[in-house]
Amino acid sequence: MDSQTLAAQTAETGHLEHGDHPPFLRHHFENVPQQREAATFGMWLFLLTEIMFFGGLFCSYLIFRNWYYPAFVAGSHTLHLWAGTLNTTLLIISSFTMAMAVHASETRVRKALMGWMIATIILGCGFLCVKAYEWHDEWVEHHVPGLNFSPESFLHGTKDYPDDKLPLDMAEKTQVYYSLYFAMTGMHALHMVIGVSLLTILLIQVYGGRYVNGHVAPIENFGLYWHFVDIVWIFLFPLLYLISRHQ
Amino acid sequence: MSTIVTLPDQSTAQLPKVSYLNKEYGLKSWLLTGDHKRIAMLYLISITFFFFIGGAMAALIRMELLTPASDLLAPDSYNKVFTAHGIIMVFFFLVPSVPATIGNFLIPIMVGAKDLAFPKINLLSWYLYIAAGTMMISVLAFGGVDTGWTFTTPLSTHYLNTHVITAGLAVFVAGFSSIFTGLNFIVTIHRMRAPGMTWFRLPLFVWSHYAASILMVLGTPVLAITLTLVVLERAIGIGVFDPTKGGDPLLFQHLFWFYSHPAVYIMILPGMGVISEVISNFSRKRVFGYTAVAFSSVAIAVFGFFVWAHHMFVMGISNYSALVFSLLTMLVAVPSAIKIFNWSATLYKGSITFETPMLYAFGFLGLFTIGGLTGVFLGSMGMDIHLTETYFIVAHFHFVMVGGMLMAYLSGVHFWWPKMTGRMYPEGMSKLAAVITFTGFVLTFFPQFILGYLGMPRRYAAYPPEFQVLNVFSTAGATVLGVGYLLPLLYLTWSLKYGKIAGPNPWQATGLEWQIQSPPLTENFTETPIVTHEAYDYEWLESQKPSEVPTVG
Amino acid sequence: MDQHQGQHQEHHLHLPHGPSEPTHHEEHIVSPKIYLIIGTALLIFTGLTVAASLIDLPGDLNAVVAIAIACIKMTLVVLFFMHVKYSSGLTKLTVAAGFFTFIVLITMTMTDYISRAWGRW
Repeated sequence: MDSQTLAAQTAETGHLEHGDHPPFLRHHFENVPQQREAATFGMWLFLLTEIMFFGGLFCSYLIFRNWYYPAFVAGSHTLHLWAGTLNTTLLIISSFTMAMAVHASETRVRKALMGWMIATIILGCGFLCVKAYEWHDEWVEHHVPGLNFSPESFLHGTKDYPDDKLPLDMAEKTQVYYSLYFAMTGMHALHMVIGVSLLTILLIQVYGGRYVNGHVAPIENFGLYWHFVDIVWIFLFPLLYLISRHQ
Repeated sequence: MSTIVTLPDQSTAQLPKVSYLNKEYGLKSWLLTGDHKRIAMLYLISITFFFFIGGAMAALIRMELLTPASDLLAPDSYNKVFTAHGIIMVFFFLVPSVPATIGNFLIPIMVGAKDLAFPKINLLSWYLYIAAGTMMISVLAFGGVDTGWTFTTPLSTHYLNTHVITAGLAVFVAGFSSIFTGLNFIVTIHRMRAPGMTWFRLPLFVWSHYAASILMVLGTPVLAITLTLVVLERAIGIGVFDPTKGGDPLLFQHLFWFYSHPAVYIMILPGMGVISEVISNFSRKRVFGYTAVAFSSVAIAVFGFFVWAHHMFVMGISNYSALVFSLLTMLVAVPSAIKIFNWSATLYKGSITFETPMLYAFGFLGLFTIGGLTGVFLGSMGMDIHLTETYFIVAHFHFVMVGGMLMAYLSGVHFWWPKMTGRMYPEGMSKLAAVITFTGFVLTFFPQFILGYLGMPRRYAAYPPEFQVLNVFSTAGATVLGVGYLLPLLYLTWSLKYGKIAGPNPWQATGLEWQIQSPPLTENFTETPIVTHEAYDYEWLESQKPSEVPTVG
Repeated sequence: MDQHQGQHQEHHLHLPHGPSEPTHHEEHIVSPKIYLIIGTALLIFTGLTVAASLIDLPGDLNAVVAIAIACIKMTLVVLFFMHVKYSSGLTKLTVAAGFFTFIVLITMTMTDYISRAWGRW
């Protein structure tokens, strides 16, 4: 390969509308592709930390589900299947809208980008509203561990699940199920709140003209975060809501 | 052909006019900096501060243990003191020691970059450290926490009413400081190496930090979720660790040690990186078996994830899983041993000189070996049942952490002090301090092996009178050790103003950092370095004389 | 300007492929059609997992099916929405490392819990 070909190659990769140094290229990077790849790699490493963070919760869930299966079944039955399914649907659609937003940033269409971002925010907020409704329900039924928990409802069985009548010691173990339920959905909801907030900030910045001029990395990397939070829910849904629904 | 170190004529060395230290002035230029070197200096000051607080706690412990009765401190207070000592020394000194100071300073320069990949995240990492440190100080001010640095449940969740929540959150925040440092290093090492700087031309210091960073990124979040669960259990009463509600206290220990065992490798690997550099330089010989040392760093990181339950042999885990963990623990000692063998082989037929960094490195070789071997004793289940929760464990981890890691840290600080500040430290004083430190250390901690073997339990303020003699030796040693640590604080500070001017390469070392001025420019290099030679290539360096070693900037 | 660029590039290109040269995988743009297909597939799998939970399968099969479907959904999100299929080897390795460590946490902790009740030796 001679130096002319090499020079031509670099000219292709390093060259942008604003010349070799667009305003968003940080000084410690040589060119935009290097900066973009570094940013994406950094975001993936952060997502690894999130995998391990939720991993501790999934590990705890696995152990206690094995120990107290009947309590987990009974606890799961008190969750609203429609709410869980609706939330899963909302998040999947929001992942789609977020992926479309990244596409809009890559193809530099500002209106589309804003539209898809707004759609994602709305879907995310919808998720949080359904979650808030569910939590309120659990509070009313005395299923919040530590604060107002009572195993009373598990001593008698429900009209949908008459077999959910548990002896007292197993009924008390439903508190462990709810501990994990609130810890896992709570941590997930916290990540949703952070996500919606960050997305709103990004939206305002797009309104101001950013991220449609070749600077895709922030939208792209936020998308990675959003998809990750979606994946966590993809696992939370069957593990919390779908335990033995076939009675 | 001689490659022996002779310090260049200091009378002609001059401090460069512009460097990262005087490029900008004012508090804001330091507190809002993106420059990895300035952040490294901020860390250096902060961790030194916490080191001396942790050291003060150690002094209280050793003073209490002079007498068998719990007369200086009540048992509850004693618990608070050793907890503070542990938390501060582990999370606020050892974990950030080499990576956040020397690593932050050198990694970009060693790979040939202008800065780390994410300078703002780097600064955030320091602020998180300061926030966590402030929370920890407030815990101490408001009455302390007495769970032990291991926060074992159900003691921490149910039986104590000290500041467990604040302390847990402080460690949580410090953990994120560590995560962001590691994340930065990994991205920088992968994506920002200069042309020609292939993986196998990197200094071994970089390989060690790469391995440690993997551990930081993958292990620390598990600590975060564990402490979150402890905080939730204390605050609102969820019951995952509470036996009365059906939880399992041992689950806490699994999750805690899943991080805390890799944590000890997070602490030691950067120190091992320092030792590779120092031993090579002061033997004027390339590190023997570069590939083996590089891969053993990564092997330590990977295997380090498989052995955590060796901290739990007597806690109630099943014998079968204990057996598995014990076998794997034997395996994890191998890469560390490989490094010791390779460093020894590096020394063989080298031109050895005994400057202060080399003195500390020799100290490391001996003390880390003893500490590591006693770790193997502890890894075998039968021995551990007798030795666990005794002073044998205390001696073991102090040998590896203080005799190993802290000596490596001091070695690194002395070796790169000329690079970071432009000044030499006073060699006579520093050699004295190194010898005092070594002597004090052995006197403090060797008796503790005997104490532990004889059965003295750890974390006890009062002990049977037959153990007093050894405890007195230990406290005497601690006094000497304290002097040994105080001296560098004094003479290094002195050297900032009065030390001899160092010039770019006082050690005639290889490595990109020695080809730039001391202290470096803010952007490190004036033009992108192009690397054409292997690491530790002293022959290449020699062939550059008498004309100056080419400087890049 | 050109000459300056030429000189600047020469330092860059002293060796044909600098070790940290960008891999350019990030610049591949995934088409909206793919996103639509994957999104639809995810919704279908969601319906499938709910339906499967309402059927009584022998033994632990309900749990296995649920986790399997969740894993398939996750794979689709990771490969297509998160672009891993079109990413560099480093990205793929990073994702694998994350899963590996997660699996280590789960399985090695379970070695304790599943063997606690075994007969004493």
